[in-house]
Amino acid sequence: MSLSSQRINYRRNSRQSAFAGFDPILTIAVALLLITGTLLVYAATRNWYAANGLDPEYYLKRHVINIAIGSLLAWGTTVVDYRLIRAYTPIFWIIGVLGLTAVLIPGIGDEVNGAQAWIGLPGGFQVQPAELAKISIIVGMSMILSERSHDTDAPQHADVLQALVVAAIPVLLILSQPDMGTVFIISIAVVTIIAVSGAPMRWVVGLILVAVIGSFVAVKVGVINDYQVKRLQAFVDPNADSQGSGYQLRQARITVGSGGLIGTGLFNGPQTNGRFVPEQQTDFIFTVAGEELGFLGCGFILILYLTVLMRAFGIARKSNDPYGKLVCTGVIAWFAFQTFENIGMTLGMMPMTGVPLPFVSYGGSSMFATMIGFGLLQNVNARNRG
Amino acid sequence: MNQRARLSLLVVQILIFSLLAGLLGRLFYLQVAAGPKYRDAALSIQSRDVVTPATRGLIVDSSGVPLALNRVGIAVTIDRTKIDRQPDKGAAVISSLSKLLNLRYSDIYQRTRLCGELPKGSRAGCWTGSRFQPIPITKEADPEIALRIVERSDQYPGVSATPVSIRNYPANAGVNGAHLLGYVGPLTDVDLSGANGRSYFRSESIGKAGLEIQYDEYLRGTPGIKTVIVDRKEAVTSTSQNSKPIGGNHLVTSIDARVQASAESALADAVRRARASGYRSDGGAAVVMDVKNGQILALASYPTYDPNSFERGLTVAEAESLYSEAAGVPALSRPLQGLFAPASTFKSVSVIAAANAGYDVNASYDCPSEVEVGNRAFQNFESKAQGRISMKKAIAISCDTIWYRIAFDEWLRDGGLKPKSSANDYFYTAAKGFQVGKKTGIDLPSESSGRLADRDWRKSWYEQNKDFYCNYKKRAPKSQQTAFLLQLAYENCLDGDKIRAGDAVNFSIGQGDTVITPLKLAQMYAAIGNGGTIWKPTVAKAIVKTDGTVVKKFSPEKLGSIPASKETLKFLNSALREVVVSGTGAGVFSGFPVAISGKTGTAQVFGKNANGSQKADTSWFASYGPTEKPRFAVVMMVSQGGFGASTSGIGVRKIYETLLGVQGSKVVSAKIIFPSGVPPVGLPKISPATKVKEAK
Repeated sequence: MSLSSQRINYRRNSRQSAFAGFDPILTIAVALLLITGTLLVYAATRNWYAANGLDPEYYLKRHVINIAIGSLLAWGTTVVDYRLIRAYTPIFWIIGVLGLTAVLIPGIGDEVNGAQAWIGLPGGFQVQPAELAKISIIVGMSMILSERSHDTDAPQHADVLQALVVAAIPVLLILSQPDMGTVFIISIAVVTIIAVSGAPMRWVVGLILVAVIGSFVAVKVGVINDYQVKRLQAFVDPNADSQGSGYQLRQARITVGSGGLIGTGLFNGPQTNGRFVPEQQTDFIFTVAGEELGFLGCGFILILYLTVLMRAFGIARKSNDPYGKLVCTGVIAWFAFQTFENIGMTLGMMPMTGVPLPFVSYGGSSMFATMIGFGLLQNVNARNRG
Repeated sequence: MNQRARLSLLVVQILIFSLLAGLLGRLFYLQVAAGPKYRDAALSIQSRDVVTPATRGLIVDSSGVPLALNRVGIAVTIDRTKIDRQPDKGAAVISSLSKLLNLRYSDIYQRTRLCGELPKGSRAGCWTGSRFQPIPITKEADPEIALRIVERSDQYPGVSATPVSIRNYPANAGVNGAHLLGYVGPLTDVDLSGANGRSYFRSESIGKAGLEIQYDEYLRGTPGIKTVIVDRKEAVTSTSQNSKPIGGNHLVTSIDARVQASAESALADAVRRARASGYRSDGGAAVVMDVKNGQILALASYPTYDPNSFERGLTVAEAESLYSEAAGVPALSRPLQGLFAPASTFKSVSVIAAANAGYDVNASYDCPSEVEVGNRAFQNFESKAQGRISMKKAIAISCDTIWYRIAFDEWLRDGGLKPKSSANDYFYTAAKGFQVGKKTGIDLPSESSGRLADRDWRKSWYEQNKDFYCNYKKRAPKSQQTAFLLQLAYENCLDGDKIRAGDAVNFSIGQGDTVITPLKLAQMYAAIGNGGTIWKPTVAKAIVKTDGTVVKKFSPEKLGSIPASKETLKFLNSALREVVVSGTGAGVFSGFPVAISGKTGTAQVFGKNANGSQKADTSWFASYGPTEKPRFAVVMMVSQGGFGASTSGIGVRKIYETLLGVQGSKVVSAKIIFPSGVPPVGLPKISPATKVKEAK
């Protein structure tokens, strides 16, 4: 890197432009996802709310507010010096763990769909600490695994162990909610981060084995409760429980399938307007796209996700700071697997777990967390140039 | 950054890329490859066909008086899908509803069960429709009760009350007509499967018996269909298609309500009279037919039931009694399903057989008290000897022995037990000429064909029963191994495939294995009265649209003519007149101002009633009139009713009284049903309000 280019970059940083370092393509892709999500949330709720005498724009308004707050958080995450983030990481982590603990205390935590995952706030707002815990785990692990106390290029066993403890405490708390979807996504992010950190391969292979055996034992021993077993069974045979989980999965598949190549047109889906798919503005938002936008629309959304992920990979690859690279990797794994889990569940490829679709689903906590994740990507991107 | 980390990143990148590609592939399968399948599935989830049943066409008599029409009733229905979801499976709801409707718990319970849910043998009154449609408990609920159900819907979950169109049989002129008209009911799964080539909607009704089922395709009309799009709560979000219901066509019949009512009451009277004389009288039939074209003016069956009971809602007891032996199986339509030996009414066939065989009908014959046939003596009725009498007299007083002798001689001439290959079989040929053993072809469902016990029938009977009779000791229950029955079995095994002398002589007086329906006998006597033409009996005259245009006219159909020369027929007519003038029918018709011709019949019945008593004789009276210009054939039959004349003869006279306007021994012209002497030829105006023309 030449001296002059360094100077230019320095100048840009010193100008403190609000949008300095933003990857424009990543930003456009995310913006398009946010717009699509807004339309889909509106499509999923307007008709049903109007038919039942409620404000048809109820969800639309709240979703837009969530996006606005999320954008502020993303912007904030981008502009702040990430060394500062690094410094505050332990505090974030502790807050996250406290939140996850609080959720489990009856009276503070609310149960929704069988998982004690929410903290009710005044004004009808709810926060889901698990969403924010994803960030603290990614940032925390990256911090530990990027510190080089030894004279080597790669993290040592001790570092990996330390990182695993950082991840394990929130994961165990989330496991007891239980929110298997989030545990799944965090686990994949953890393994990915360890793999990319350059840690010994034994860890990666071992962790994958532990995950496989662990989930098998969990089902056998009954750590996973009835409600989750039912969801798994519904995945195997969607017609088994035609009113519960199976109903949801079958309706989701029919709704997506009925969209065909070009869909029914936005706001024109009879399945969506008839509200045949429950939770359609949150976990099953992709069914709206399936029915109303068809294969072409859904394909476009997948391309947007691919764009986001490919840009993120680019940022990770370009980053010569191990910390930034690992943060990026964690965010990529999180986004990618959450997207895959959500859409895969909608299409009947994955078991039913309540995870929202990043940038698209309605829901404040998830929106804020994904926007912060997006901010982290931009932040790393900005420092790459610095 | 080390090489391994870079490689790991690449692996992760490839992995994620393939996951997204997997999603795209799956998406392609769901939306493009399997898209049409899912679109159909979605459509069946979202759309509901709201079927507005068409108004069913009226059934009217020949002068336009409604026999079946439609009324608005209030249906109280139970939704099985809702009451089944109650913790007690709806027991509490049924219990409180039964109190409200003043029905028994078991009645409502039974009526809301699918037939398949109940054990065989106790399915009376079960629901033949689907679990997923509201099941009517009654369609004639009291409006106040209906209001109470609607107002306190929380107390009656799954129960609703709505106005519905119901089929009503208004009993104009006092007509019951249950067997003739039939009734309507819910569609069964078999109907819905399209087995008969037509498609129906679940919520429609369908004719279940009688004319209602026979002409269902005309009467039912086309239901209106509105396809609506619903949401998850079944609330209608939009209407996508609309077709208005097209009312069913009306059916004009040849029935005359007044004659029908008269036939029904004359039949019921006859049964009552016979019972008063100590006969069991378990059923009866009366038929009035136009001899000139086969049109049916009245068709009565006893015992009967209220055709409106189905729409009102059958109780379990009512449903069971329809088919109960003790109640006389009211569901059985005796005029066309009841099979009985025709007895002496069959001598009209024998006259023709004898004439065709060369016997002089104007000669005199011996009528001894008994005739030795083979090694058995066949007695005259009541064993009276009448000396040498004319054949006319023999018919009039119903001498049997003259027929025994002729039939036995003919049997011998045909080869006896070693029949010639070219046997003349005059008796069987004559009966075949009358189409005995064949259905009349009336336009009503489930007609029985009867049985002509000729040589062919005998052979096929033997093939089926040979094993039983030849191994009688092994096959028959101990209680039936009496000396007489053993001997009978031995004979049956020996030469059961051949017409024996006894079979031949029995046939000539209408006894033995030959059985016919009352309708068949009416068809036969109509042919004797009209100069020999066998007409197909018909009830329907025309199908008429609601606007009055005629869709279809049913024209009379000749099925054949009886094998008798003009002279023979002339003799037979005079002999049948003689029956009423001086013979067995004279007492019954004494003083009757219009000449009627007819024949009595008193058929011996073998076998026992459920209580062990010997079965009583079948009482027949077959006739046509007026004698000079025959127009009507009237037949009455009362099973276990005793003598032909005293039970059925009086019944027939009563029907003629109505038809011909007879009061006492005078014809009151204002009371004549058809003043011109003939039933109406044209079609009447159709209106549900048409009243019966009352005689002044």
